[in-house]
Amino acid sequence: MTQTVQENLPGSSPPPAHGHHKPTTWKTYFTFCEDHKVIGIQYLVTSFIFYLIGGALAVGVRAELATPQVDVVSRELYNQLFTVHATVMIFLWIVPAGTGAFGNYLLPLMIGARDMAFPKLNAVAFWMIPPAGILLIGSFLVEAPASGWTSYPPLSLVSGQFGEMCWILSLLILGTSSILGAINFSTTILKMRRPGLQLTQMPLFCWAMLAASALMLISTPVLAGAMILLSFDLIVGTNFFNPAGGGEPVVYQHMFWFYSHPAVYIMILPVFGMISDILPVHARKPIFGYKAIAYSSLAISFLGLIVWAHHMFTSGTPPWLRMFFMVATMIIAVPTGIKVFSWVATIWGGKLRLNSAMLFSMGFVSMFVVGGLSGVMVASVPFDIHVHDTYFIVAHLHYVLFGGSVFGLYAGIYHWYPKMTGRMMSELWGKIHFVLTFIGFNLCFMPMHWLGLQGMPRRVAEYDPQFATVNLICSIGSFILAISTIPFVVNAVWCWVKGEKAPSNPWNAISLEWQTESPPIPTNWEGDPPLITDPYAYGLKPGRKAIGAIRGSDLWAAKP
Amino acid sequence: MNIPTTILTLLAGITITLLSLWLGQNNNLLPIAASDNAAGVDSLFNAMLAISVGLFFLVQGLIVIAAIKFRQQPGDESDGPPIHGNIPLEILWTAIPAVLVLGISVYSFEIYNQMGGLDPMDHSAHMKPAAVQVAMQTDAMAGGLLADGTSADPNRPNFAAGVGAKPGQMDPADVTVNVMGLQYAWIFTYPETGSVSGELHIPVGQDVELDITAQDVLHAFWVPQFRLKQDAIPGKTTQLRFVATQPGTYPIVCAELCGSYHGGMRTQVFVHTPEEYEQWKQTQIASGIETEAIAMAPPSDSQSDGEFLEPFAEAMAMDMSPEMMHQMHAGSSHS
Ligand code: HEM
Ligand SMILES: [Cu+2]
Ligand SMILES: [Cu+2]
Repeated sequence: MTQTVQENLPGSSPPPAHGHHKPTTWKTYFTFCEDHKVIGIQYLVTSFIFYLIGGALAVGVRAELATPQVDVVSRELYNQLFTVHATVMIFLWIVPAGTGAFGNYLLPLMIGARDMAFPKLNAVAFWMIPPAGILLIGSFLVEAPASGWTSYPPLSLVSGQFGEMCWILSLLILGTSSILGAINFSTTILKMRRPGLQLTQMPLFCWAMLAASALMLISTPVLAGAMILLSFDLIVGTNFFNPAGGGEPVVYQHMFWFYSHPAVYIMILPVFGMISDILPVHARKPIFGYKAIAYSSLAISFLGLIVWAHHMFTSGTPPWLRMFFMVATMIIAVPTGIKVFSWVATIWGGKLRLNSAMLFSMGFVSMFVVGGLSGVMVASVPFDIHVHDTYFIVAHLHYVLFGGSVFGLYAGIYHWYPKMTGRMMSELWGKIHFVLTFIGFNLCFMPMHWLGLQGMPRRVAEYDPQFATVNLICSIGSFILAISTIPFVVNAVWCWVKGEKAPSNPWNAISLEWQTESPPIPTNWEGDPPLITDPYAYGLKPGRKAIGAIRGSDLWAAKP
Repeated sequence: MNIPTTILTLLAGITITLLSLWLGQNNNLLPIAASDNAAGVDSLFNAMLAISVGLFFLVQGLIVIAAIKFRQQPGDESDGPPIHGNIPLEILWTAIPAVLVLGISVYSFEIYNQMGGLDPMDHSAHMKPAAVQVAMQTDAMAGGLLADGTSADPNRPNFAAGVGAKPGQMDPADVTVNVMGLQYAWIFTYPETGSVSGELHIPVGQDVELDITAQDVLHAFWVPQFRLKQDAIPGKTTQLRFVATQPGTYPIVCAELCGSYHGGMRTQVFVHTPEEYEQWKQTQIASGIETEAIAMAPPSDSQSDGEFLEPFAEAMAMDMSPEMMHQMHAGSSHS
């Protein structure tokens, strides 16, 4: 690799005059602030609150399923619980946290920009989220949606107009917010890089965000279309999807999954990027196969657009279509595998700092692999005919979304918390959090594979008593998971106020976001941001200063 | 005492391979296999499981070993080696998964074809005329009673793929049953005898075709022991064709969310021995003798709709358990 630290190129924009931004206080977070760092934290805290709400709903679901009979909640409430649970987790937690929170906070800092391309739009995108969330969760006061997060007609047309309409409106708002976000991310990455910084010199998180933004821009409008047509069927009485009037319910499924399969990659790609940036720092080794990881994100993004009908293998789709979507889906395992093996090779031979961020990252890789493997299984049409819409799918999706996305988001929080807040988190409580999460997660979701194979369908409030013991185990696991968030919340809140002050670069990381104060000043850097052409240049080279001994100031003082 | 790493790696590789091969064959993860499709699906599952277990242990093993062997030693603030990649290795771990998933795809395709998944489903033309008539009659009944009559057309314009006839199998199925899903029950109509029931009765060893539709919302017909599932879609008929291989009673589970009682939408399939099946058929014919006569008569007969439907309604009520009626009732008041 060439020289890591180069002199600043002439022509990089001068810092804006001081006093442009008011100093950030806690009150700033409740305003329409245009600073990407404030917006990122607004996204993160808001989505985490929704995560806690979604988690509480899940505990309700698992409490009901602890016994085979319907006893804890009514059947109607049960359906509302899992519907809102899934919608909150996907649209109000993982998507806004992965893209909105980390994307906004990190992208400008990683590419040496002072803010996002469209700061106002950015603030608008964030402020759409709280009302959408309140609308969705508030619907419980009257009647919550109850036809699943997939909301297939005709059921969604007959299971309660009010709740369904709240669901549709909330998704339309969130979808719009997501599109606005994606416009901002892609423009920022493509146009706002510090002069001299090549695309292939960016941290991998930026590549992942580019791939995710493309998916958001291409697929979200189709979801919006489906929502609008569905709402016409629901309130105006049109028959786009209603077979009673000659409509075609399967068309809704195509439209829904044309968005919602890419959506799973919108939820995982940013996390892939975060893991690629966290592992090298704490393993003290360069990322293994930079280009392969970067391009595999693009490959996943492209392939992710042509596999949606793998959710419809029993919907009466034509045989050739099933075969096409089967093969396309299988192929996604190849770029996914490249990433997994590259991560393993990255930590292999390193000097691993097994702190909370690292534990969650390694936990991410090992849990995501399980979901990836079961993903390939369910891509196989003959096998999927058996397990589609069963607990096997519930297991698969939680291994990728919880074991994957949520573990990765936790890793990201532990890793960038010092940068965001200027404080260190407690490692001891972080490790307790990890152990509890890891045990609770596997206890809750591993047995679900067996349940699905043996014959337990998903989305049921009551089930065959032969599944009672295993369901009880799952429920106990879910309660451990619920408890596991307590050490995290306490740790995060306490340390924000009282934690040990963080240095600007506590992990001795090379990438650009660490080469400024913690938390960064409103203009991100005093003077020009340094140009870092290899953000992964870890490792001792003869005649070089050990990276552990380099301070951020060394790096940017490297001017002639 | 120091064993060379190459030998250790080799031993680990052999252990993982043997373990995954063994687990691929000796897992009791699937319920008993009771249809002719099940064996293929199971061997496919076993193969995928073996590969998955192997890869699982490979990756987990590497992560755990890394965590132990490469963790930071106290006081060591230095970095690891500056390795940025290794092209041959990267090609290897791109190629191996590619070969594996292509292998699984080909294998899945083969099994899917054997199951009858690629069947173009134009068997209606081969139907015996009497059977067609009966089918039409029953569907007309369903049309009147349940507001849906699309499958009555012999050309089946709204017919969608499920799992059809095995390759090379040109004859119509030995037994055809019309399946109707509704909130929250399954109704089975037997064109052969004209009878209607809330549980499915089929003979072992014979080719059975289920023509599945739904009255209100989506449902999915699933018999885990047959490894078969098919959505029931209002306004459309979907098909499942199979041979049950093990006499016995198996659950029929609704696998598509259909409302608040979705979890309670369960019934059973009785796979009868030939004698039992004959016997069951006789009781059906005995109780519905007029049904048979009416159904066999040409549609232009001078009967009113009411007279025509009466026996069906009776048969349906007779065969439906009280809970089921209760559930249907409860369901409709909630939806
Ligand atoms: C190797 C990669 C993957 C493959 C091959 C794969 C394949 C599949 C297939 C075929 C299904 C449909 C199964 C069915 O409903 O019968 C499915 C469901 C699902 N997958 Fe994946 N998947 C992969 C990775 C992921 C990732 C990364 C995520 C999200 C982070 C994800 C999230 C989901 C979800 C949420 C569902 C269930 C949707 C629902 O029905 O509610 N998958 N996956
Ligand atoms: Cu998908
Ligand atoms: Cu159902």
